[in-house]
Amino acid sequence: MTRVLLFGRLRDRADWRERVFEPSPATLFALKALIGAEDAGLAEALDAPGVQAAVDRNLVRGDVALAPGAEVAFLPPMSGG
Amino acid sequence: MIRLTQEPFDPGAELTAFCRDRAETGAVASFVGIARGEGGAAIVLELEAWPGFTEARIAEIASEATRRFGLHDLAIVHRVGQIAPGEAIVLVLTASAHRREAFQACDFLMDYLKSRAPFWKKEHGPGGFRWVEPTVRDLADIDRWN
Repeated sequence: MTRVLLFGRLRDRADWRERVFEPSPATLFALKALIGAEDAGLAEALDAPGVQAAVDRNLVRGDVALAPGAEVAFLPPMSGG
Repeated sequence: MIRLTQEPFDPGAELTAFCRDRAETGAVASFVGIARGEGGAAIVLELEAWPGFTEARIAEIASEATRRFGLHDLAIVHRVGQIAPGEAIVLVLTASAHRREAFQACDFLMDYLKSRAPFWKKEHGPGGFRWVEPTVRDLADIDRWN
């Protein structure tokens, strides 16, 4: 399984915060394709400028392999202070 | 010290505690960010973090500041959850031998917190809400350090 977390405006857009995908997609892009098959608008929002992905709490760029049990988070532009 | 808190905090008390028992620190600089009311447009600010991840990312930024400016110590207190106008959102304290490094480190840390620390900010107003994202100015500010 792959656990997916959404933050900020992505969560509002999807109307969910956390979901489990079973069976595990092999890569980050495969996961996005699965999400896009259900909700094309959300997949588009995940690819918007400034949205970052973290796999097992490490920020990643581009496509990466996902081990079974991976946790993937999608992070919209950050704004603290 | 890096602390996220749901509760309002007292920046003055934090500063007093931070300055205590320092014989070799010649300078402490502080910055307090306060939630603006925007003339009634912002009733409450809601700040979301990712517990664990947010602190770890801030710790990386803090290590970079310590290395770069030779800090003796630093403290960052950041609110999460619901914040009313007039309440402190963030406090940054930096300690160094001389003032220039303390001022610069404080400035550096705030620029990074504004657009690189994992927080997501929702402003609730009379007409609904909006997500607040880094401005062009925020992005230009962080570029000054590269």
